[in-house]
Order: sequence, then C-alpha cells, then structure tokens
Amino acid sequence: MVSTESLNYSVENITKSFGGAKALSNVSMSVSSSEVHCLAGENGSGKSTLIKIMSGVHAPDSGLIRLDRKEFNQLSPRQAVQEGVQVIFQDFSLLPNLTAAENIALPTFIYENSKFISKRETKKIAQSALELIGVDIDFNLPVSDISIASKQLIAIARATNLGVKMLFMDEPTTALTRKEITRLFEVINQIKARGVATVFVSHKIDEIQEICNTITVLRNGEVVADGPMKDFGAREISQAMTGHDVLTTRIAPDLKISEQKVVEVSHLTAKPTFSDISFSVAPGEILGITGLLGSGRTELAEAIFGKYLVDSGEIAVNGVKLSINSAKAALDAGIGYVPPDRLTQGLFLEQSILRNLVAVGIDRYKSNWGSLPKKNLTAIGNKWVSDLKIKTKNPSNPVTSLSGGNQQRVVLAKWFAMNPHLMILNGPTVGVDVGSKREILEIIRDRAKNGMSFLVVSDDIPELIQICHRVLVIKNGKISKEFLESELDEASLYKELN
Amino acid sequence: MNFRKLLRRNETVLIFAIIVFSLVIGSKSPEFFTIANLFDILRSSFVQLIFALGVLIVIISGGIDVSFPIVGIFAGYTAVVIMRKFELNEESVLVPVALAILIGIILGGLNAIAIAGFEIPTLIATLGTAGIFRGFMLSFIGASFISDIPLGLDNFSTADLIKFESEAGTLVRLHVLVIPVALITLAVSLLLNRTIFGRSVYALGGGVESTRRLGISVKRTQAKIYMLVGGLSGLAGILYVSLQRKANPYDLAGSELDVIAAVVLGGASIMGGYGTVFGTVLGVLFINMIKNNLVLLGVSSSWQRAAVGVLLIIGITIQAIGENQKQKRQRSATSKEAE
Repeated sequence: MVSTESLNYSVENITKSFGGAKALSNVSMSVSSSEVHCLAGENGSGKSTLIKIMSGVHAPDSGLIRLDRKEFNQLSPRQAVQEGVQVIFQDFSLLPNLTAAENIALPTFIYENSKFISKRETKKIAQSALELIGVDIDFNLPVSDISIASKQLIAIARATNLGVKMLFMDEPTTALTRKEITRLFEVINQIKARGVATVFVSHKIDEIQEICNTITVLRNGEVVADGPMKDFGAREISQAMTGHDVLTTRIAPDLKISEQKVVEVSHLTAKPTFSDISFSVAPGEILGITGLLGSGRTELAEAIFGKYLVDSGEIAVNGVKLSINSAKAALDAGIGYVPPDRLTQGLFLEQSILRNLVAVGIDRYKSNWGSLPKKNLTAIGNKWVSDLKIKTKNPSNPVTSLSGGNQQRVVLAKWFAMNPHLMILNGPTVGVDVGSKREILEIIRDRAKNGMSFLVVSDDIPELIQICHRVLVIKNGKISKEFLESELDEASLYKELN
Repeated sequence: MNFRKLLRRNETVLIFAIIVFSLVIGSKSPEFFTIANLFDILRSSFVQLIFALGVLIVIISGGIDVSFPIVGIFAGYTAVVIMRKFELNEESVLVPVALAILIGIILGGLNAIAIAGFEIPTLIATLGTAGIFRGFMLSFIGASFISDIPLGLDNFSTADLIKFESEAGTLVRLHVLVIPVALITLAVSLLLNRTIFGRSVYALGGGVESTRRLGISVKRTQAKIYMLVGGLSGLAGILYVSLQRKANPYDLAGSELDVIAAVVLGGASIMGGYGTVFGTVLGVLFINMIKNNLVLLGVSSSWQRAAVGVLLIIGITIQAIGENQKQKRQRSATSKEAE
C-alpha cells in the first residue's frame, strides 16, 4: 500500500454551519505534494472543522473538494483514507493495550479485509513502516509503556503505512520537548521528501516558521491571510490570528525591593530526581523555573505542593518552617498549584463553570448550618467569571463548553479565590492560543501587582522572559544557573537549557 | 521476555497461588493430592470455564455481561422442554446441545440489540435483559423442575473418558467433556489472538473512539461479541443440565460471582483491554480448587461464597496496584527518552 505518488488537494469556497452558527464561510485552501502547509488560527477559528471536512468526518454545506482531478461535494472517512488522506489527532488514536506493532499494522489488515492476523506479518509491517520514516522504536512494547513523543511517531508510521499522501497533524508539538520536536521535524522532512503533503496545525509561531513553507490563517471561520511562509514574520502571523497587534515585550510588573521572603526553599532533595535545591520568592515576585522534560522541574513543583515526597530539605512560608508532606498541608500554608494537564487534573469537566470555580476550599462558603447556600456560590462564581473575563453565555454550562484559554482561566480563578501566598503554575499556557496566552499572562501580572507571588514552571522560553522577574534553569535535578531580570534573553536561556 | 516481566504477569502470580494453596491444603489432608480429587476439580470446572470464556471476551471488550447464567439456564431448560414437547430423538446429545446454543445466540442477539443498537451501558443492559429472560422463562416456558431429562443427555453425564478403581477403593472418573472443553478453550484463544475479530475485541477495550478511527465497526463487533457469549452460555447451560441430570429453571442464578471472580483473578482488566485465555483457565481452576477443598481445611462450606468474594476483591486490588505501576513506568519512559 505504500506509495510515493503525489496528491494535489484543494477545497474551494467551503461553507459550514452548525445549528445556525457559521463555523466556516467561503474557505479555500490548496495543498500540493511535498508541501508543509501551516493551518493557523486561534481556538474556535474553524481549524478543526476544516480538518474534519477535508478528512471526511463532516460534510460541508456548500463548496467543492478537489483531489487531483476528482471533484467531490463531500467525502466519507473511508473515501478520504482511500485517497491517501490521514489525520493524526491530538490523542493519536492509539490503543494503549496493544503493542506498537499492532497499532501500526492493524489498519492495514482491516483495509485489506483480512480475517486473520499473524504476529510475524504484523512485525514485518511495523518494521518497514518505521524504517520508512527513519525511526527506531521498540515496537514490541505496549503503547501504554511508550513516551508521548514515540506515540506520535508511531501514529505517523501508521499513517504512512496506509499510503498517506496528505497528512493532517493537529497541534502535534503540544506535549513535546524541544529535542522531541526536532526529531518530529526530521520525520516530517523525511515524508516530505517522499512527496507527502503535510498540514501542520499549530499556534506556536516559532515552530510554524521553522517547518512550514506555506500558511493559511483562519479567524472566525474565514481565511484572513495565506501565502508562502517567507512573506510572513512572527508579528504578521500573530496579528492575522488575533486580529490585533500582540506585543511580545516584557509585561512583568516592577518589583518592589524587599528583604521579606514569602517562601524559602532550602536544600530540597528527592533522590534521584533532584537534589540540593534552594531558592526564595519575594512578595509579588514571579519566579520562573525551566528545564527539559525529565530534568525534575515538574517534580520540584509538585514537591513544594506536597505531592512529591522529598528525602530532606526545608520549606518555610513567611518565615515559618513547615513540613509539607501533603497537598492539604500546602493548601493550609497558602500554597496553590495548577498542574500542566489542566484538562485531566485541574477541572471537573462535566460540571458547571460555577461549580468548578467554588470547588477549591469549598469549606469557606458553608453556612453556620454546614450547608452550602446556592446563592453564595452563584455570587462568588459570577464575580470570578467577570473578574477574569471568562467568555461564556451561561456560567451554568459545563466547563467542556469553554475554549482552552477560558478553561485555563477557570482553573486560575478557582485558586485565586483561595488567595494563596504562593501560586505555582506548571505550564500555564500549554495548549492555549496566542490571544488567550497574552490574557492569561496579564492576569498573572495583575495578581502579582497585588502582592501574590508566583512560581511559573514552563519550557516556553519567550513566555518566561515576558512575565518573570527571575528564571532558574534546572538541569539533571540541580539548579544550573540563575538568570536575573537584567540577564533574561532568549538566546542565553536556550543555550543554558540544551 | 525477561524474568521480571514474567514475574509481573498475572498468570505467574496465579500459578504461585495455586501451588501455595495446594501445599497448604495437601499438608492438612493427604487426600487432596489424589487423582480422584484432581478429576473432581476438573469436572466442576467444565461448565464454569465455558461461561468464563464468554465473560472473558466481554470483559476484554470493556463491557460486562451479568445475564449469562440466566441465558445459560434459559437455553438448557428450554432445550429440554422443546425435546419433550416435540418428542425429538431421545438418544441424541447433539440435538439438545445445538438447540441450546441456538437459543443462547438468540438471547445474546437481544443483548446485542440493547447494547449496540440502543447504546445502553452493558451492565445495565444485561441486568435488565437478565430479569426479562428469567421472567419470560418462568411465565411462558415453565417453572417446574424436570427430573427426567432426555436419555441422551442423561447418559452423557456418566460418559467417562477414564474410569478405574483406585487402591483406596474409590471410583476415579474423568469425564469425556475434557476433550471438547479443551478444544473450545483453544478455539477461543485462537479467535482472540489470531483473528481480526479477536484483535478488534482488544481494540474496543483499549478505546472506543480510537477503534472506530481504525476503521473497525464498533457496533458490528459488539453485536458479534454478545451473540458469541450467548452461544457459549447456551452451551454451558445445556452441559450443566446434563451433568446435573435435571433441568431446574431456578439453577445457576447467582453463579456470576464465581465466574466473574475467576476471569478477574485470571488477569482480565475490568476496565477492558487486557485478559488471556490461559489466565482465565487458571482462574477457574483456582476458584474451584478453593471451593471444593475449603472443607478439607475445616472451613464450613457456608463460607464458600464469602471466600470467592474475598478473592474477587483481591484480584481487583492487584489490578489497581498494577495500574499504578504502569503509570509510573510510562512516566519513566517519557523522562528517559527526554534525556
């Protein structure tokens, strides 16, 4: 089934509405063989709808789909696959309980309408598929034991094996480290050399510029800009995506110099993950912590919140030494923590926005009788919805109805309501688009101005430079360098990191 | 496969448990280590194993079926009633067996309609159909005990493959069913491991949406699963009737505890996606070994159900611990590759 034939795929004047709301209007886009085409746009701009139409999941209301010389009014998912169109969704659609080899080979057996499957054949298919994209992964392992980066490569191998000519990748770099992204880009270049066209959906501008040669920007369901990548600078892209000029200058508030320390961490050690970590945070200070995936940065953040047990070391809050060995102890001491995976760890997704907002420290809202008066909860919830500009028609809707940036705001609001001394944010803008990112950073800035201290753990260097007063780089479980406000610049941070 | 991985496997743990229990029981009462006792354990395992193979398939697919004992007795009892009513060949074994399997497939098909057609959660769907099937059987087919089952079935209950008198003077018998049951076990194993249908069952347990995106029809796979389980349950039901030499419509109800416990102890994940035929065979043998021999340990037989209940909880606890370790392994896989 493997082939290197080329495919020219274009859609013309595609329009699609869902229950009266227009998702796409008059969208045209064209991708040809060996092209890496960026599809950019904020959440809700229509990117996903367009991918779903181009891969046959949705039928457009009107418009034309053209694959080489064949014209369609709509595609079925099977037709799309037969024409060589494949989508790698954000969750990769891999089966964790099956081996990597089976995940790669199973669709091949299914499309050949086989009734039986042999282990040897399965391995042979997996081997050749992985060789084709130049990747070496132990395909006998179950997918549940494989890292996220390798899962993605397996998903690519599977698509390639089905004779892909046109590959859609939906935000493929969200969960990857810089090194893994580099490897992913090598693979993309490899399949590009074989004639495969790739549509790369992303809102990380530096990555778009690195890998793509053409770009289409969607906003509110319309194409607002398209053309060769070389005609676009970072600023033009973000301007097209947001519709207004987004600056990337520093927005950290001035820090009043004070000897007072909110939190002092000394000689914190949890072998082998990290050792001898000491630092302090002043009131209103935003301290950044960065490091590669696996450097211990997440574990360190969790340790300060009592979720990761340490061997030795001390944590003092406002000068009082504390033994923080549980999340409850951390909460009592006034330390809050927002995990990187906001969707699975930070929110009750099916519950209403209001209920999520009051979920942390719900004890504070109870009446003398121990009941939770609905009026109080609603009032407090509504206050946060307006304070943090959470965009929703009705705060009683479930959190799932919100866009990524707004979900992140709900998580933040939930914690701010506790009024913690130190707020630990781990990857606060992961999976958030440019406009929302800016607003989230502004929320952090405003809180810091009011005296709340922050620990921002992130591998997004530009973001750290924008918001932090100081940045610590963690390498192999130790602080390798401290960057003061005056020393913060992208090049030297990247250099220290890698 | 390295040694540590082998140790982590559920089957290894189970074999170890079986050996330990054998030694404990054997040291208390020497009659445990006799061929007669081994054959007794096997005989009491046949019906349960066939039920368990069906349940294994459902559990791997991420579902659960609690209607199988009712489907079994419904099919077994109804087959006998039909044999009597239409005065079919009294001598035949194959006719009632085929009838029971057919009835089982039809009842399984009704489960399939509820689950694949109406998308009712599997536990609720089968709980509901179990009630309906039972009520239907007792009202329309019969509620009375039939002691004179067809001659063929009756004779089959004493069809022994091996039969001799031991030195102690007891009669040692191995039922001929050991062969077909072994073949069915092998067939289910091949079905799960070597066919696209079998791998689709595992895929379904790994994730419904991902399975759909692979190009597998979820509804069709589910329909096949529940019909297959129905057929296996019907077969188990008629064999039960034959071995008991009576058809009692009130029998088997409540036996789901033993069977589900055996499958879970055998390593099938209640969350779906994992499970092996070998593990299930061991689970069934283990449960029957315990049930048959608690008396030898001086434990009253009224504790049997409690003992099986405890084993089920232990089995699920082991799974939960294993799940935690798996997450840790995944985390370390991610950080290792990052370095």
